[in-house]
Amino acid sequence: MSLALIAALPFLGALLPGLMIRAGRNACAIAAGSATLLALTGLLLHAPAVFRGEVLHTRIAWLPQLGLDANFVLDGLGLLFAGLILGIGLLIILYARFYLAKSDPMGQFYTYLMLFQGAMTGIVLSDNILLLLIFWELTSLSSFLLIGYWKHLPEGRQGARMALTVTGMGGLAMIAGMLILGQIAGSYDLSVILTKGPEIQASEWYLTALVLILLGCFTKSAQFPFHFWLPHAMAAPTPVSAYLHSATMVKAGLFLMARLWPVLAGTEEWFALVASAGLITMVLGAVIGLYKNDLKALLAFSTVSHLGLITMLLGFGTEAAAVVAVFHIINHATFKAALFMAAGIVDHEAHTRDIRRLGGLRRLMPVTFAIVAVAALSMAGIPPLNGFLSKEMMLEEAFETVWFGLPWLLPALATLGATFSVAYSFRLVAHVFLGPVRDDYPHRPHDPGFGMWAAPAFLAGLVVLIGLLPMTLTGDLVRVVAGAVTGGTAYVNIYHWHGFVPALFMSLAAVGGGLVLLGLHGPLARAWDNAPRPEAKVIFDAIVEPAARLARGFTDALHDGAFTRYAAIFTVAVVAAGAWAFAGGGHVPGARETTPVTPVPAVGWLLLVTCAALLATMHRDRLVSLVLIGVVGLTVALTFAYFSAPDLALTQILVEVATVVLMLLALNFLPKRTPVESSGVRRLRDGAIAAAAGLGAAALAYALMLRDFAFPTISDYHLANAKDLGGGTNVVNVILVDFRGYDTYGEILVLAIGALVIFALTEALLRGPAARRLLARVPDQAKAGDRHPMMLVVATRLALPFVLMVGIYLFLRGHNEPGGGFIAGLLVAIGVLIQYMASGLAWAEARQRADWHAVIAVGALIAAAGGIGSFLADRPFLTSSFGYVTIPPFEKFELATAMVFDLGVFLVVVGVVLLILSSLSRIGIRAGETVNVAPMDIDPSAPRGKER
Amino acid sequence: MIDASLTFSMGCFALALMINLWRVIVARGVPERVLALDTMVINVIALTMLYGIYAGTAVYFEATLMFAMTGFISTVAYAKFMLRGSLIE
Repeated sequence: MSLALIAALPFLGALLPGLMIRAGRNACAIAAGSATLLALTGLLLHAPAVFRGEVLHTRIAWLPQLGLDANFVLDGLGLLFAGLILGIGLLIILYARFYLAKSDPMGQFYTYLMLFQGAMTGIVLSDNILLLLIFWELTSLSSFLLIGYWKHLPEGRQGARMALTVTGMGGLAMIAGMLILGQIAGSYDLSVILTKGPEIQASEWYLTALVLILLGCFTKSAQFPFHFWLPHAMAAPTPVSAYLHSATMVKAGLFLMARLWPVLAGTEEWFALVASAGLITMVLGAVIGLYKNDLKALLAFSTVSHLGLITMLLGFGTEAAAVVAVFHIINHATFKAALFMAAGIVDHEAHTRDIRRLGGLRRLMPVTFAIVAVAALSMAGIPPLNGFLSKEMMLEEAFETVWFGLPWLLPALATLGATFSVAYSFRLVAHVFLGPVRDDYPHRPHDPGFGMWAAPAFLAGLVVLIGLLPMTLTGDLVRVVAGAVTGGTAYVNIYHWHGFVPALFMSLAAVGGGLVLLGLHGPLARAWDNAPRPEAKVIFDAIVEPAARLARGFTDALHDGAFTRYAAIFTVAVVAAGAWAFAGGGHVPGARETTPVTPVPAVGWLLLVTCAALLATMHRDRLVSLVLIGVVGLTVALTFAYFSAPDLALTQILVEVATVVLMLLALNFLPKRTPVESSGVRRLRDGAIAAAAGLGAAALAYALMLRDFAFPTISDYHLANAKDLGGGTNVVNVILVDFRGYDTYGEILVLAIGALVIFALTEALLRGPAARRLLARVPDQAKAGDRHPMMLVVATRLALPFVLMVGIYLFLRGHNEPGGGFIAGLLVAIGVLIQYMASGLAWAEARQRADWHAVIAVGALIAAAGGIGSFLADRPFLTSSFGYVTIPPFEKFELATAMVFDLGVFLVVVGVVLLILSSLSRIGIRAGETVNVAPMDIDPSAPRGKER
Repeated sequence: MIDASLTFSMGCFALALMINLWRVIVARGVPERVLALDTMVINVIALTMLYGIYAGTAVYFEATLMFAMTGFISTVAYAKFMLRGSLIE
């Protein structure tokens, strides 16, 4: 399976849960799980090749000009991480199915989870650092959604915000660091960068790049001093915590350090920064963890501590340490995910995670106890479990490393960290499960169903098996992964008995010390609680709140909600920039001759100027300004015709009609006059600004028209090639559907979105407080005349077939003569619109076969299909081909694939106009207007004197 | 001869547009303005048609047909709005 597909599968899978939730929670979980399983299978199929030492690539050019390509790579490191992400992801999906309560929206949860999974898979498979950055940001965003999943909990929201702020800032720093790295290496391809180690380390930018990239890694992997966000992120549901904080998100930073290890590691700066941060984090996390009473907080700090351990090992910069780091990543993922899930089980069953309220669960929850005992003993480093193996190896490495010139310091601190690690692991078992059974649990706990404990039990089984048979199960894996990390061949030999080496004594000291610490836990915890210490959240808030206030103040100063202010700021800025440019550049008067003024254009000019002046004085009467704008629109249409642009003239007229109808519909519910809101001085100021902008624009237009084009225009190309390349003689239409077809496609989508937004807004209006105001609305004018006048009804009914025929005619000939999908769409829409006007909404809707939403959607799809069709012929999006056919008795005519696209445009335009129309009319119905299903007020077939 | 008559008639319709504009300015109410606008549409149709004859192409003739087919609809909409408030009941 292509690596790109493996990375894309979770994203595709993210679409499923939202749909499948309607088929039930099992279907939803199965849908998410199938996508993950498929990706995992695809990945594992590559495993034999990777174990043979091959490195697989998938390359897709995306934006090669920027060095951004969708290149993916799979080597040992990628295989390990992708396997962890997808494998544990699968277990989490299973676990979450049983963990989430009935009231939790499960579709949403799985969608977020799959998005996150996709982003993580993308990170570990990327072979392009710019692509990697994109996935990196995606993990920040999707983890924000996951952590804040319980939106009703303030801790959830605050934790999510904190995580996003910290990891997001780190991500920003990392973007800069990666760009520098790419610049030094001369490529953004990871495969290339990894070969440029010496150049990068010799560069004067090395330290800058290193610090910036490490900021990204440290924030993501919760290294000191950025470790504080992780415990707050524990407000998330437990499956999220188990996934993000054991196997995936926090390992992203480690992954990147391991990935860039060959180019960045081995220098003094690397050692000083990475090993120190890791060491401090390891000790600090373990110490704080011991005093946490919340099960998940304890596990969170233990995660922080273990991440520190791995970071420290990577920081040593030796190949042997890298091997240990890789092995511990595997071990930590297994026991920590199991522990998180078990903690979730305890919380789920006992309704509390507070260790002080628990104890004695051993008899009540034997299965959970067994899982936790195995995993926690492994975490403590008790033989023969897997945690023991990697801890011993870590201590051995630590013993051989000199830190700040003091050979004893690092081993001592590492042992201290290990001691606290033993203490909190034992505490987890002892204070939760051992001891007498209590009778004051918030809820009497018992073991959950198989579905819930299956996943953690599986992981606990792995903990034991890896512990017993490390070389058989993980030897090859560790060798391949460590080889990928170090860029060479790694020597791996994992075994239990090292002899009476210093590491053994350090280990024994840690276990003994841990037992002592556990015994003294009561007094120590009281002392800890009384000791003053900095509270990370308070500091964080003290920094973030003023910054947020400042930003808000600045935004409010610029955007206070009054349109006049935005417009004033914008206009003044533009005029000032124009004036500055004019004053700064040399000015030579234009050389072109002015054309003589003939009477008819002069009349047009006078019409425009007069209407603009009238609008400025009469704009408060909204109906009058609509009429005046109508005059302007008409004159513009005339101008288009005069300048030989019949397409534009037609479009202008049709848009004018549609606009007037829609505006009048809206105006019915709006005040008919704009109130005077600003003072005289203010109006004077605004007038001055407007006059300056208007005169500036006029001067600019005048100056441009007096000059020839500075560059050859593209029009000549269009005129010359419309027939040959686009197969049409109507250049405007060929530009719309062929040369600039992609723009048109974007534009119709914008139109469609606009119509859907209007629909959504009216939907919102029809409920809530606005609906009450609508119900209480008193029409501001008396109703006169007929509601559905017979003359109008008959006239519009007769007009409809003609309008449709002209519409089809315009559509078909559009490629060669004035017309095309857009104009035809508008015309048909107007033809239908007058039916609504003549006989009312209810009558028209009763005869409406297709839903306007569907018309829009089908149109957009047809347009897309018309564009994608050219892929089949191996040509770029929206390249049209055409040919001439003859069907007797018709004359020879042309068929172009552009017509398919034009049909999409046509449908979208029809759907958009009519969806807006029916949305706005529904407000009237809500306001208490009665509906009628008859076409008109009187029934001509009824006997005389009996009117409806 | 045709040129002279075209110039003359286009001048007439241009003048008519000016008079319509005058009506828009001094109108006593919205209905008069709407009527003036409607008349303007007619005059624009005529002008475009004449211009088509002047330019010697049939394209404008079709364009004027479209003007004629849809130009009245905004007038109907205004009328319905002024009479009933609601366009689509």
